[in-house]
Amino acid sequence: MHNNPKEPLIHITKRGALPWHRAWGIRLLAILVALVVCGVITTITTGLDPLAVYATMFSGAFGTVRRSWILGQDLAILLCISLALTPAFRMHFWNLGGEGQILAGSLATASCMILFGETLPGPVLILLGIVASLAAGAFWALIPAVCKARWNTNETLFTLMMNYVATQLVAYFVIVWEVPKGSGKIGIINQSTEAGWLPVLAGNRYLLNILVVAVLTIAMYVYLTYSKHGYEISVVGESEATARYVGIKVGKTIIRTLLLSGAICGLTGFLLVAGTNHTLTTTLAGGQGFTAVMVAWLAKFNPLGMILSSFLLVFLRRGAGEISTIYGLNQSYGDILTGIILFFIIGSEFFISYKLHIRKSGKKVAAQESTAAESATAETAAEETAAEAVAAEDTADKKEVGADV
Amino acid sequence: MKKFISILLTLALAMGILAGCGSSSSSGAASSETKEEETAEAGETEEAAEEGLNIKVGFITLHDENSTYDLNFINAAKAACEQLGVEYLLRTNIPEGQECYDAAADLVDAGCTIIFADSFGHEDFMIQAAKEFPEVQFCHSTGTKAHTEGLPNYHNAFASIYEGRYLAGVAAGMKLNEMIENGEFAPEEAKIGYVGAFTYAEVISGYTSFFLGARSVCPTATMEVTFTGSWYDETAEKEAATTLINDGCKLISQHADSMGAPTACESAGIPNVSYNGSTVAACPNTFIVSSRIDWTPYYVYAITAAANGEPIDVDWTGTIGTGSVVLTEVNEQAAAAGTVEKLEEVKAALEAGTVQVFDTNAFTVNGDPQTSYLADVDTDAAYEGDTEVIEDGAFRESKFRSAPYFDLRIDGITLLDEKY
Repeated sequence: MHNNPKEPLIHITKRGALPWHRAWGIRLLAILVALVVCGVITTITTGLDPLAVYATMFSGAFGTVRRSWILGQDLAILLCISLALTPAFRMHFWNLGGEGQILAGSLATASCMILFGETLPGPVLILLGIVASLAAGAFWALIPAVCKARWNTNETLFTLMMNYVATQLVAYFVIVWEVPKGSGKIGIINQSTEAGWLPVLAGNRYLLNILVVAVLTIAMYVYLTYSKHGYEISVVGESEATARYVGIKVGKTIIRTLLLSGAICGLTGFLLVAGTNHTLTTTLAGGQGFTAVMVAWLAKFNPLGMILSSFLLVFLRRGAGEISTIYGLNQSYGDILTGIILFFIIGSEFFISYKLHIRKSGKKVAAQESTAAESATAETAAEETAAEAVAAEDTADKKEVGADV
Repeated sequence: MKKFISILLTLALAMGILAGCGSSSSSGAASSETKEEETAEAGETEEAAEEGLNIKVGFITLHDENSTYDLNFINAAKAACEQLGVEYLLRTNIPEGQECYDAAADLVDAGCTIIFADSFGHEDFMIQAAKEFPEVQFCHSTGTKAHTEGLPNYHNAFASIYEGRYLAGVAAGMKLNEMIENGEFAPEEAKIGYVGAFTYAEVISGYTSFFLGARSVCPTATMEVTFTGSWYDETAEKEAATTLINDGCKLISQHADSMGAPTACESAGIPNVSYNGSTVAACPNTFIVSSRIDWTPYYVYAITAAANGEPIDVDWTGTIGTGSVVLTEVNEQAAAAGTVEKLEEVKAALEAGTVQVFDTNAFTVNGDPQTSYLADVDTDAAYEGDTEVIEDGAFRESKFRSAPYFDLRIDGITLLDEKY
């Protein structure tokens, strides 16, 4: 093979499992390279000092005690949604309906607060809100799950379309409950009585959400790694035929897992309405149902890893907001930097799974070409949307699975 | 594997060199910028010493400068701070949720002593922040609750934009008259189309005053109104305007923030009266005039008061007199002859008080002239009327609170739908 003059310049082989430190080394290198590329692009397009820009981002995320707490709260919400999607994803059920399931949970919570705010005592109202939001989120996920289990419908499209239904439903109820007439806004619910609001722990309004999600993260890790259900989810995800052969009821597993997935999304809706926002709008979830897809993929569906990936995304988001305030750059600029960094991180997974062999005689040429290719990809990275990145990752992973089989 | 690492290292090195070049050039840029900043700051301190305005101001906006609504606020914020020589922080893209409270609290942390928010849905979260930080002034444009909250550091502001709408309506009526004189249609066919967002009092007050302005010069004018259910939905606004045009409307105006209606008019060759700013660049043949609120006078007033420790009005209403209600340049190419002169004349009459926009002799509801009306001035969930607003033969808009509360459905205006 090596003596063949027609040997390709580069050929790719799958590598075995890398030791963790090598894998993390590659990832770290990818982030460093991404930061350098971001720096170059920042300098070229805005003339700002990239180090100052990074310092501003850091200050936006951690600059004050309050900012650190807000970061923690945002991280908790994003992580909670990612945790919700994970069991479904492990089963290879592509639940893109996080957004709708969150809205269903929010709507249920807000209804309880508005309808029973004056009649029920506080703790009962909170309990009712929790139950209602869990049920609403679970129901919103159950519909596509049943259709998948019974008629094998396409869950990606189905869950996606359920999002639009939920948004319109929320829009309808916002107009029913709007104050004043015609404004299209509900405003803060029970602002004077705080009925149905989650209590403020130890004088810190952000703490309770963070604690709830911390407990949930550990519970989800244990459930997926050590429970029988968790094992069944993995088997169904790898191969439905195998699952049936070993006596796992596939339909039942799909429905049970989606009930769990939807219920946790519903809980996120509850935390958003009763815990932080105390209002209901169609943009309450703010696209985080989709961002969470990326969080889950980046961490390879490991709940503990998701702490890291959701931290990264929230850090970038908070940092980007600060850049736009301090330097007067548009919010989109932060999105471009985020896009570049994510592109490199997702790209680095390729180098962890595969090995490049470069023809010996063409070594120097190859190195140069790969540099050129790398900088070219960096530019396109800016335009790369999160969804595309996920899709790319998706196919990469499928190839990997194929190779394993 | 070693080869692979070495390639990565070369790569990183190459990038490093690139970055090195980049940062050296950028440090030059940065240093020149710091110089600029220093001079700017020096200028500021001089001015501050002169005027005694040594405070930091915070602004919260719903979107960024890509929205015409927010751009109008952002421009005013910059103009006011430049005029007063004060330092400011601008937080854009803040949703109408907890993020608004967080942003306000963060601005307090950053040392701001007065904070403004621009969107209706920000109000409750601004009130929440106002309760927590009593030493900081919170000013909310378009809100309705300051006069009932009773907080010393929470304030609302709006402008008597219905007067601007009335003037814009006069320009529209003159255009209709011109088209009738040219024999384009019969006087009784003079129908105006209006694209609204929601059946919110601000919108109703807006289209009614616009219509009354038009009818004051073109007595046969009628109007059809449709609602999109969104403050910014380019497609829906374009479709709504097209529907109105197909329905026989001879002139279009709108209360929604996108270019949807103006561009639909331009492509159909139908005259358009705009809002929030001039659309003449995109619609040179059909744009007549636009009214808008200039927030600069309010910002200057409130910032100055906060800096001097003087009280700020609970509910501030800007007028033509304060320079808060303004019209853009009239587009002579589309407007009727003599529009500029007529507008000057009516404007003077409005300022003098000889013309009242909501004169009860000028409109009827179900055929009856109105002598008494209870408006929902103190906002409540049941929308109950609480304040008598008709005094001395006119509906007194923006007198009992700055935000509009005129929500009568007057004769001559047909609402095509009321679902929003």
